[in-house]
Amino acid sequence: MSYEVDGQEIATDEEGYITNLADWTPELAEVIAKAEDVEMTDEHWAVVNFLRDYYEEYQIAPAVRVLIKAIKKSMGPEVGNNKYMYELFPYGPAKQACKIAGLPKPTGCV
Amino acid sequence: MEDGVKKFLYVNRKAPYGTIYALEALEVVLIGAAFDQDVSLAFLDDGVFQLTKGQDTKEIGVKNFSPTFRALGDYEVTKLYVEKESLDERGLTADDLQDITYEDEDDDWAEKPSILIVSRSEMADVMAGQDVILSF
Repeated sequence: MSYEVDGQEIATDEEGYITNLADWTPELAEVIAKAEDVEMTDEHWAVVNFLRDYYEEYQIAPAVRVLIKAIKKSMGPEVGNNKYMYELFPYGPAKQACKIAGLPKPTGCV
Repeated sequence: MEDGVKKFLYVNRKAPYGTIYALEALEVVLIGAAFDQDVSLAFLDDGVFQLTKGQDTKEIGVKNFSPTFRALGDYEVTKLYVEKESLDERGLTADDLQDITYEDEDDDWAEKPSILIVSRSEMADVMAGQDVILSF
C-alpha cells in the first residue's frame, strides 16, 4: 500500500501508516484522510496537530483516553469527549487520527 | 482501594540502550496503564540511567525514548521510585535526572514531581507492599 502526493509515492505499512515519519506533509494528510473517507475540518486538524505536537514532545502517540482528556483540557468538553471524537474519526480517534497525522499506531492499539 | 485494583511495580535494572529491556518495559507500562491498576516504577542498578537528562542516541542509531517517561503522568503513572544507593554508586544525583511531573487531579491539577528518591531499605518496603512485581 502507498499514497501519492504530487506524483511522489509515499510508502506505508500494510495498514496504511506511513513508514517514514519525515514523509509527512499537510498535503499527505489530506490524501490519507481521503483514503479513510474522512473530510478534514478545523476540528480534525486540531486533533491531528495535537497528536503531532504530543509525538514531538514525548516520542509516542497518546492512548485514546489520554488524547481525549488533553483535547478536553485544551479545546473544551464539547470537542473533548468520546462521542464527538468518534464522529470526527469513526474508526477510532487514536488509530485513524494517528494515521492521518503520519504517526505510528499508538502503543497498545490492536 | 477499589475492588479488582492491584498494585503493580515494574522494576527497571538495565541501562536504557544496548538491550531492549528498558524500552519494552516502558511499552508494557503504557499498555498496562489502560487497565486502571495502581502502577508504579522502580529504578535500580543501571536502570537509574534510564531517567538521566540530555540523552542523545544519534550516534548509536536508535530512538531516544527518554522523553516518553515525561508522558507517564498522562497515563496516571505518578510514582517513579529511584534507589539512592544506585545513583550514588554511579556518581549520579537527583539533579542528573529528568524533571518528571504529573498533574494531581485531586489537588486542582497542581504539578507534582513523579520521581521519588528512596533508600535501599525503603525500596524493599515499596516492593513488599506490591501485589505484582515485574522485573526487567
